[in-house]
Amino acid sequence: MKLQKTMVALKSATAITLLSATGAMADVSLEFTQWWEPELPENALRSIVDDFEAANPGITVTLNSGPYATTRDQIAIGAATGTLSDIVGLDGAWVNDLSKQNAIADMGPLMDAAEFDRDQVADIIQVDGRSVMFPVASFVYPIFINTDLAAEVGITEMPSTRAEFLEAAQKMTNADENRYGWTLPLSLQSPSGVQNDVLSWVWASGESMMDGGTPNLEGEAVIAALDYIKSMDEAGVIAPGISSKTEQEKVEEFVNGRVGMMVDTLAHVNLIRDRNPDLNFEITAIPVVEGYEGARGLPYASWGIGISESTEHRDEAWKFVEYMMSEEVNARLVSIANAFPGNVNAKPDFVTSDPAFGKAFEIFQEGYLANEFTGLPVAVDLMRQFSVEIQKMLDGQQSPAEAAAAAQASWMQEFEQ
Amino acid sequence: MSLTQTAPRRVSRKMTRSLIPYVYLSPALIFLALLMMVPMISVILYSFQESAILRPDTTFAGLKHYAEVLGDPIFWASLWHTGYFTAMSVIFHMSIGLAFALMLNSDRINPTLRSVLRVLYILPWLFTAVIIAVIWRLILEPNGVVNSLLMALNIIDTKIEWFSDPSTALHAVTAANIWAGYPLFMVSLLAGLQGIPRDLYEAADIDGASGIQKLAFITIPQLMPIIISISLLDFIWTMHVFPLIWMTTGGGPIYATEVLSTYTYKLAFAQFDMSQAAASSVIILMISLCFTFFYIRHQKAR
Repeated sequence: MKLQKTMVALKSATAITLLSATGAMADVSLEFTQWWEPELPENALRSIVDDFEAANPGITVTLNSGPYATTRDQIAIGAATGTLSDIVGLDGAWVNDLSKQNAIADMGPLMDAAEFDRDQVADIIQVDGRSVMFPVASFVYPIFINTDLAAEVGITEMPSTRAEFLEAAQKMTNADENRYGWTLPLSLQSPSGVQNDVLSWVWASGESMMDGGTPNLEGEAVIAALDYIKSMDEAGVIAPGISSKTEQEKVEEFVNGRVGMMVDTLAHVNLIRDRNPDLNFEITAIPVVEGYEGARGLPYASWGIGISESTEHRDEAWKFVEYMMSEEVNARLVSIANAFPGNVNAKPDFVTSDPAFGKAFEIFQEGYLANEFTGLPVAVDLMRQFSVEIQKMLDGQQSPAEAAAAAQASWMQEFEQ
Repeated sequence: MSLTQTAPRRVSRKMTRSLIPYVYLSPALIFLALLMMVPMISVILYSFQESAILRPDTTFAGLKHYAEVLGDPIFWASLWHTGYFTAMSVIFHMSIGLAFALMLNSDRINPTLRSVLRVLYILPWLFTAVIIAVIWRLILEPNGVVNSLLMALNIIDTKIEWFSDPSTALHAVTAANIWAGYPLFMVSLLAGLQGIPRDLYEAADIDGASGIQKLAFITIPQLMPIIISISLLDFIWTMHVFPLIWMTTGGGPIYATEVLSTYTYKLAFAQFDMSQAAASSVIILMISLCFTFFYIRHQKAR
């Protein structure tokens, strides 16, 4: 009897071992590192992931969430040590370095194997011919204008050109009352101000900071934008504290009514309303150089998604990426995030329900998405280097042309490596 | 049992006895090796490798990365800023800490007020670097309290951009760090003050010594071992301060507040040059070791 029981136990153990070994019982656990979850309403991303798990029994997804900067460091360390999670949230500014480290996988073969319709996605970010990132959600950066302040100083029409913007900023500025027309964050802690608040002026007029894949900061377009920013500073319309100001402080100044206009992401619309429900504001496209009538480049930042090169569950990870990029799920995510979709067929519901987003969607449809930092090597450091040169310019140590030349020289060193 | 058999057994028993302390120490030693020595040795090795961490096929780079770091003018600026930031912080931590400790030890202050002051003075120690950075950014922002006060008192006529102006930024972050760090000195010196025998002061009173003479010839000499120990420790700790500077200025404006820690961080996580970052870290380690050597020597002498 005792022997029989032992035999049964042994047989069971053998069966369990065999089943596990063949994968019949093996649950695949995926880890997804991103900064999105803290920026979304509670449980919003988790419920999207839960639906994926329900539709794919045997696959579980653990969300590894943190603030943007922490996630960036975590991904950099994970890439360096080969411990990157299976699926990673990506920013276009990181992909070049991660791809060159061979830390993120080429999703081309996975797309081919799954017969994935490439036309359904707004963009596929490629580095050296490898498809490494899909933008899941895009946050455009238009101009926000405090309409109460604008009306108070007699501005009736939204500024459309740089000259009109300067004029509006001058009207709004009253330094004695700590009120300024514009705000410019150039902190070196997070130097994205160069991308969103400086070079966005170049892209808005259909111009470029690159020429044939190499930097062209000494081109007329960039120098003219720097000239313009210097003239704004000399006119005293930019809120003080530029060199240590972060994006959060920029938004705070706008929310408090201390600043009349700012370039900012649509993702902050709800935050601004929460912080100051009495603030009335409108959204307009970034002004262009006089006489420009072409399509306007609209700066944007993306929540991108990619797959780790070192994942042992590439097919399951691809399943999840495909799910996130599908029309219905993508529309659901971007509707919660107030972003524009990565799937061209997805229709976020906020476009019709909210006039601010409706206006932004109009701008989005009339122009094109522009962010030339996507895919550049050490993109964050390039921004920091340029930021230092602009700080020197605003400190009176150099002219706009000299700032552009100095930034060009330091950028070229990175491109030549 | 013969004599020749017992001798080796005695030796082996002696050896076992001498090994026992190490067996007891082994968990701590293993942890120390894993948490301290392995990372430290790894960083030293990375500093001699080409494309360390980032590529599996690294090659030996010799002293190349040290030459690059030492040849970078921003590194030398960072070293100077670190020296200024650290020296000023330690001097003011000590002065303010001593002044407050004397105040809290004085019988001339009402005991209730003394208790309240004790809580107030220790507050900066309770805040994390993030909170301290936020507080000082608010205090020193162009529309902040300090500018308003200085303008109200007609000391300045235009707003100073404390963290944004290259000529004031380093002083501003140093001030924030001084505020954040004096309680360590205060608490240590207060404990030291309470241990000074009262009869020394009574004898000095009989000899007709003034308050300043008592401070110079009794209090400070009695506190000197604590002052030296804490100063050396504070010097080593302050040299490595990163979050406060990162969250107030990010090493800017331009390079005005770039210190060795922010310089190394940018090499590692903005330029992704882990080899140069490792070389810079090893240089910081060497500087820290010099002060650690002085500290250990002082502790041994005591």
